[in-house]
Parts: sequence; C-alpha cells; structure tokens
Amino acid sequence: MFQTLSTFLPELFLALSASLLLGFGLSKTNDRSVIVRYISVGVLVVFAFMGYVLDRPDGVSFSGLLFNNDFSDFLKAIIGLSAAAALMLSKNYFQKESLDRYEFSVLTLYAVLGMSIMVSANNLLAMYIGIEMQSLALYILAAFNRDSLRASEAGLKYFVLGALSSGLLLYGASLIYGFTGSLDFETIRASIALTGPTTGIIAGMVFLLCGLAFKISAAPFHMWTPDVYEGSPTPVTGFFAAAPKLAAMAIITRLLIVPFGDIIGQWQQVIVVLAVLSMVVGALGAIMQTNIKRLMAYSSIANMGYALVPLAAGTVAGVQGMLVFMTIYIITVIGVFAIILQMRLRNGMVEQVSDLSGLSKSNPGMAFGLTMLMVSLIGIPPWLGFFGKLFAFVPAVEAGLLWLVVVALVASVISAFYYLRIIKTMWFDEPNREFIRAPRTTRVIAIASILLVIPVLILPGLSGAALGLADSAAQALFAQ
Amino acid sequence: MLIAITFYLMAFTAVAAAFMVVASRNPVHSVMYLILTFFSAAGLFILMGAEFIALLLVMVYVGAVAVLFLFVVMMLDVDFVELKQGFLQYIGIGATVALILLAEMIMVGAVYFTGESKTVVPTDPNTTNLEAFGQVLYTDYAGAFEAAGLILLVALIGAVVLTLRERKGVRTQNAAKQMSRTREDGVELIDIEPGQGLG
Amino acid sequence: MRTSLSLPIFVCEFMTNFLIGYLPVVILFGIALVLSLLFLLVPAVIAPKDPDFEKVSTYECGFNAFDDSRMKFDVRFYLVAILFIIFDIEVAFLFPYAVSLESMTWGAWLIVMIFLAELAAGLAYAWKIGALDWE
Repeated sequence: MFQTLSTFLPELFLALSASLLLGFGLSKTNDRSVIVRYISVGVLVVFAFMGYVLDRPDGVSFSGLLFNNDFSDFLKAIIGLSAAAALMLSKNYFQKESLDRYEFSVLTLYAVLGMSIMVSANNLLAMYIGIEMQSLALYILAAFNRDSLRASEAGLKYFVLGALSSGLLLYGASLIYGFTGSLDFETIRASIALTGPTTGIIAGMVFLLCGLAFKISAAPFHMWTPDVYEGSPTPVTGFFAAAPKLAAMAIITRLLIVPFGDIIGQWQQVIVVLAVLSMVVGALGAIMQTNIKRLMAYSSIANMGYALVPLAAGTVAGVQGMLVFMTIYIITVIGVFAIILQMRLRNGMVEQVSDLSGLSKSNPGMAFGLTMLMVSLIGIPPWLGFFGKLFAFVPAVEAGLLWLVVVALVASVISAFYYLRIIKTMWFDEPNREFIRAPRTTRVIAIASILLVIPVLILPGLSGAALGLADSAAQALFAQ
Repeated sequence: MLIAITFYLMAFTAVAAAFMVVASRNPVHSVMYLILTFFSAAGLFILMGAEFIALLLVMVYVGAVAVLFLFVVMMLDVDFVELKQGFLQYIGIGATVALILLAEMIMVGAVYFTGESKTVVPTDPNTTNLEAFGQVLYTDYAGAFEAAGLILLVALIGAVVLTLRERKGVRTQNAAKQMSRTREDGVELIDIEPGQGLG
Repeated sequence: MRTSLSLPIFVCEFMTNFLIGYLPVVILFGIALVLSLLFLLVPAVIAPKDPDFEKVSTYECGFNAFDDSRMKFDVRFYLVAILFIIFDIEVAFLFPYAVSLESMTWGAWLIVMIFLAELAAGLAYAWKIGALDWE
C-alpha cells in the first residue's frame, strides 16, 4: 500500500495541502493571506525535497499515468524551490498594492501541482492534464490584479493563446494516438520502433512540439510573452519566468527522449529551428525595449533558445546540459526579479530601464547586485551563467551541431548589448530619483541569488553535488 | 438506408447551421444557430456510436456553453454591425487559414484510405462506449480523473477570484438572523406615564 | 485496409440495435417539432389579424422606446453561468458511473467520492465567500 502511495506522494501532498489551505484561508473575520502564504512556502519547500528525502523507488502510479525517477525528482526540487521564492517575493508587492488575497498562494500551489504532474507524466493524457492545471492557474495569476486594464489584457492574451496551444497539443496527441494506438510513452516508442516514423506520427509529433513551444515561449510561438510579462503583476512575472518554463522544458525533453527517442532524425531539425529563431528573436527584440519587464521577456525567449541547443543533441550530456542551464537561468532570473521588485518610488512601482539611471550612487548595493546578475546572464567566465552556457553548448558541439553553437554565441554577443546597457545606465548615468528602502524578504532573496551566481562561493562543494544530481536525472530519463 | 438518410439530414443541418452562425447579422441568432450545430453534431456522434461525446455536446455545450455565449453577447454591449465592417479586411487571412485547414482535412482523409492508421477495436462489441468509459475512467484513469476534478476546482476559484466583488452598503436579507430573532430582542415594553412622552 | 467505403457509417447489426435504443428520443423530438410547428401555424391561420402602425410599433408604457432593448448584463450573471458550467461538467464526468453502476467496484466508488469531495470543497468555498449570494 505505502509502496504505491509513495510513487505519487509529492502530488498527493500538494493537492491535499492546497485544498486544506483553500478551506483554512476562508475567514470572514480576519485576513489570513499572510499566514496562508507562509504555510504555502513551507509546503513548497517540503514538496521540493520530498523526492530526495523519501528515497522512494522509481515506478509508475495510476496504471502508468505518472512515472517518478531521478529526472522528475530533480525537476520537482527546482520547481518547488523557485515557486517558494516567487511566492515570498509576492508578499510585499501584493500588500503594498493592497491586492493580497489568500487565493494567490492556493493557486500557486495548484500551478505547482500541475507542473509536478507534467514533469512526471508518462502518458499523453497525464501530460495534457498537468499542462491544463498549470496553465489555468497561471491565467488567473496573470489577471490577478483585476482592476488593472493591462493585467486583465495580459490574462486574456495568455488565456487565448494558451487555449490555442492546447488545441495544437491535443490535435498532435490525437494523431499520435491514432497512429500508434496508445497514449503511453513506452508503448508509443515500441509502436514507432515497429512501424517506423510514418507521416501521421511525424505530423502528430510536430503538433505536440508546437503546442509545447508556446508554453516555453520559443519563437515563433513567443508573441504572447512580452505583453504577458509586462501586464502581469511583477512577482507573477518572476514566477512565469522560472518554474513553468522549466516544467514545459522537462515535458518536451521527456517526449523527445522517451516516446520519440528512436526518431531523433525527425525531431532534431524542429528543435534546431525553434532554437535558432528563439535566440535571434530574443537577442534582436530586446534591443529596442525600454520597459525592463518586456526586456526580461525577450531575454527569456533567447534563453529558451539556448536551452534548446543541448536538447537538439539528444544525448545524456545534452539533457544534463539543459538541466544545468535551466537551473542556473532560474536562479539568476529570480534574483533579477527580486531586484526589479525593489524599484519602488514613493508613489508606486516603476519599471523603465531609465528609472535605474545612476543607481550606483543612490543605491550602490542594489546596483552591484543587478550588475552581478546581468554579467551572469551575459555569460562572462567566472560567473555562474558562463558555466550554464558551457554545459549547454559543449554537448551540441559533440553531437556535430557546431554551426548551431556558433549561432548561439553570436546571439549571446548581441544580447550582451542590452544587458550592458542596463549596467551602463546604472553606473554612468546621472541619478534622478531614489527608490524607497526595499523590504527584507526581497533583499534576502536577491542576495541569495547573487551569492549563488558568484561561483567562488559554491564551486568547491555544492556545484559538484548539483552536477551529480543533474547527471543522474539525465541518466534516469534515458534508462526509462 | 434510414441511417444514411439520418446521416445526410444531420450533416446538412450541421453545415448549414454552422454557415448561418457566421452569416447571420444578429449575434443572438448566431448563438441559436450554434446550438443547432451542436445538436446536429451530437446526432452525428450518436450515429457513429459515440454516445458519450454526444451527451457531452448536449449537456455541456448546448446546456451551459451556449448559455454563457448568450450572456457574453449580451454583456459585451458591442455594436456587432460595426464589428463586422472590417470583415473584408481579414478575408485574405481567413481564406488562407481555411485553405490550410482544408488541406489538413484532405491529408487526414488520405491517411484513412492508405490504411496507415491503427484501428482500435472495442474489446467487447456489446458494451456501449458509455459503459466502456465507466470501466476505465474510475479504475485505470483514476489519477487523471481526480486531477480533472482539481482542474475544475481551480476554474471555480478563478471564476470567483476574478469576478466576485464585495459590494459595500448593500442591505442583504439574512434569513437565519431573521429566524433567530426572539420576541425579547425585538420588542420592548415601556410603561409611559400619561402626558410625559418617552422623555 | 478497409474494403467497403460506400457510406461513412459503419453499419452492422449491433449498431442498428444500438440506434433503435434512441428511438424514444427521436419520437420525443418528433412530438416537440410537431407541437411547436402547430403552435406557430394555428394562430397564423385562425387568429384575427388587423395591424395598424400604432399597434405594431415598439411599446414601452406609452412612451417610445428609450434605449436598445439589449443592455449590459451584470458581471454576476457571468459568474453564475461559469459556476453552472463547472458543475455541469462534473455531472458529465459522473455519467459513465451511473450507466455502468452494476459492474463498479468499491474502489471505483471511493474514486468517485474523492472526486465529489473536490468539487464539494469548491462549492463550500464559493458558498462561504458569498459567490452564491445575490445581494
């Protein structure tokens, strides 16, 4: 009994605690949003470590619906921690904007539950249900500031394009089901091994990849990203940039390696095209942006492109490179959003790049931190971002995709321009106004993220262990 | 023979009504035609033996989604005649999309003839597919079933979070409070001396 | 390979039996159609008609109509409709259970009850927070 229960214990734990918190937060007399938020953060942290602490056996649950192994455990850890950080970041923002409602934390928990189902999905049905649960919660979070026109627009845009992508995904899934006769990943693989890649299977696979490319906002399916990033409440944007991207990337990886693992020749070109377009669009689109949230949107498009580069190799090292790159990206992006959330004047938030001018004089600590994060995003050697790109690009070179890596390096150089522009604005422009002192939680998260991207502190012990975890995750996926 | 007649009747109604959804000037009529389309599609599904999907169409789409469409049509207060002015602008893009969809349908049809696809044979031809659903939905797919319940829960929370507004200063009737009032709470007997008033 | 493709419908004995099961529905629709047509046609034939301009013009308590008769709905109607859809879909999920109740195990019963509990939690939430109150 416990054996079967333990295979889906993290999901069960999340579902139960979210539902209990939904009831607990409901109180007419006193506002429980703060305590619900703290409990939710605790729940997410426990969820993140559950896979590793329990040391549960690999295995399927619900007759093959979910499959947990080191791969899903690794992703759940990163997703849980980044969601917890994003939830902590939201505390002060929502209180200041007097939007704080406890449903925010509950919906975040449900979104993470959806991601958890996504990363351990072993079946097209589980994949779809996970994606829908995650997306539905995220649409609501995007429009959470319902009195703001831009937030409502962001929610609506996200919803309409998300529904479109779900349609593509379902059409692809139905084609795959029609041509292989199964929803189960392993059975699909066996069926493809038997028949070879027929037209229908390839069409279905491409539709699936298009639907999922929407979720990671890879070009040419990126149109929603800048508007949604700009319109949503800033902590929600920070959340969007981190955990959902990783979950969608994970399900893409699982699809490519498990059911379509034998037809790498068919999907490699799709991934290469997505990667090249994302890198180019992300690098060029951000140059003209003045709003820092829109800029981060294009930056995330470009980074999804980099993350797809090792995936195109289709090797163990490639999957490991993707995981390492995504983890480092998430650490950095949470730090960046923790700093964006500190851009508060007396009369509200500002989010223009020009608002940062002269930050080095008015607030040197914040300027230093943002500089560290930007340098890491560029990928200059001693910082962590460099190692992310190193791990991402080496497997692609080994798989003979040298030209793809050259494109990625050129895109990195182009995108260095707008990161450097932010640094220049902070250090060499005249200060015009001063931000009010940021709350402690935001500063602590920013400092934690900055300490993580300066690798001198973590190189000896942590990084080796983290790489080992990413490696065993990648191995587990191929062993499946 | 009868089945063939029914099929063509339903198919014709579905296509004609779908055309009218787009063509009719009054948006409320569009919704009505949409309901007719759903009904004919449900009939077609029954002819194919897919009664669960037919029931879903009637219950969910006709019963609920169409009502919601009506609300939205009423609520938006959009001048639909004005909205349709730009119709000709988008006809090029629309036609392209329609052509692509047509090409896709032909491709799917072609696959039907080449016999590439797998035919999924029902295990027991004497169970209807509603029963077949029941046999797997609550056992093999129990996890997906519960997760679907949670998705509905998220949708419910979302609908409440995004639309419910607390209205200040509204006098609401509280039946329980009314019922629990006793004579002692509500009535006070005061002896008034003649000519002194309540003072 | 399929051999016969004369009709898009798979006609076999089972299908015919299955469709005959829907005969009552067809009869019901037939009666509904005949009745509604009757109510439309009979007045057209036997009711007295004597229209003039004033009689057929829009009537609003003695005034000419002030506004378009379609007006904006309160967003609360929308909330009610969404809640209705959600519980409607819940019912749709229970339909297969009702039909194959005889072959269901207690395990399946438990699964259905958990499903109902999830939605009941949602109902309790909507109720307590006041989404079901009108004013």
